[in-house]
Amino acid sequence: MSAALEVSGVWKYYGDFPALRDIVLQVNAGSTLALLGRNGAGKTTLLRILAGLSKPSRGSVTIEGADVRREATRRKIGVLGHGISLYEELSAAENLSLFAKLYGVANPEKRVEEMLGRTGLERVRDGLAREFSRGMRQRLAVARVFLHDPEILILDEPFTALDDRAIAVLQSLLNEMHARGRTVIMSTHQLREALELATHVAMIQRGQIVYAGERRQEMLDDTGWLYRTYGEA
Amino acid sequence: MWTIAAKDLRSEFRTREAINASLAFSITILVLFSFAFDPENPDIKIDELAGGLLWMVYSFAAALALNRTFARELQNDCLDALLAAPIPQSALFLGKTLANFALLLAIEILSLAAFGIFYHVNVLEHLASLLLVIVLGTWPMAAMGTFFSAITVNLRLRELMLPVMIYPALVPALLAAISLTGGLLHGDPLRVDDGALKILVSFDIIFTSVAVILIDFVLVG
Repeated sequence: MSAALEVSGVWKYYGDFPALRDIVLQVNAGSTLALLGRNGAGKTTLLRILAGLSKPSRGSVTIEGADVRREATRRKIGVLGHGISLYEELSAAENLSLFAKLYGVANPEKRVEEMLGRTGLERVRDGLAREFSRGMRQRLAVARVFLHDPEILILDEPFTALDDRAIAVLQSLLNEMHARGRTVIMSTHQLREALELATHVAMIQRGQIVYAGERRQEMLDDTGWLYRTYGEA
Repeated sequence: MWTIAAKDLRSEFRTREAINASLAFSITILVLFSFAFDPENPDIKIDELAGGLLWMVYSFAAALALNRTFARELQNDCLDALLAAPIPQSALFLGKTLANFALLLAIEILSLAAFGIFYHVNVLEHLASLLLVIVLGTWPMAAMGTFFSAITVNLRLRELMLPVMIYPALVPALLAAISLTGGLLHGDPLRVDDGALKILVSFDIIFTSVAVILIDFVLVG
């Protein structure tokens, strides 16, 4: 399998503090990587660098061989961070239309309606995001991420704070992505959901990768196994 | 660029956060100064004060309007979504600058009308030239405000830092705009070879170019 994403010797400093230390990671096309680690381990810092939202202090990140900050590369990535990244003053349809234009989606109106339908928001398409319930906003955020049919998805704790319906929508879209050979990288504390979806697992501890490899049966049988085996006592 | 500008203007016209505050501030200052400098008093030559007074109002109102340019993108982490999108950061900067420019221009034109009424100054005599000077003087305020708003977006004291950074940097443009506006309101026509006009145009071009080059570094590091 070819590498969809390669991280080579990435360091990230905040002042003198090394948040990431010599990260080397390869994610193959079509795989789903669960990035695990305790709070403050460096997961979000690494995902921000993978998404091109932050530059590494040292090292490089390439996506399909190209620099992650290139516009053509960014077009292939979908990013869902901690925030929903939606404008409160815009309607659901306006929010999605905005990002459809920014990503150069072909036939944006049709795609927007399609994603509103997939996330169960077609009846509130003209409602302002600020008037939505938390669950509806989360589904709209999910629709935004999948809008441009990304080849690589980068999700930072995607299941945190989602309601049941949003989790179902996200899992359905992720399964569809996986079936179509797309690459998913997600950090999470919800080990059960993540490990069921993952084909590969990487564990980060104090800014260093301590395990990177295929998901193993032991991880599914006992979600604490990985932390006990590779994590800190 | 146009998509970003349209998004910012649509958001602003729905919330009216910046335009209401800046317009109210501008009109209030003009009314207050109309009492301080009685336009009926023959000893006060209002056309000599007019340029400075107008641009002082414009620049203070601009600081109010520009403060939230990038700060509003922090809500819901919208800035991350914009930075992740496959658009050059210069398009993001220019789109936001255009939206700010349109907003400031609207505030300034309304303030100019109020200025004409309160101070009994005929702003219509050289209206086209006056509007040209306002356009040329407003662009660097919008561009600098947008650029410095990007620099200060993650600072806790950004509302304080933006004016501290923007006013000293704007001095050359403001002096040129004040000189040109004063001359026009005094009845002098605008001359293409006027040094102040050249300074203003040069400032617009140089600062916009520098900001376009540096914005990627400012936003992504």
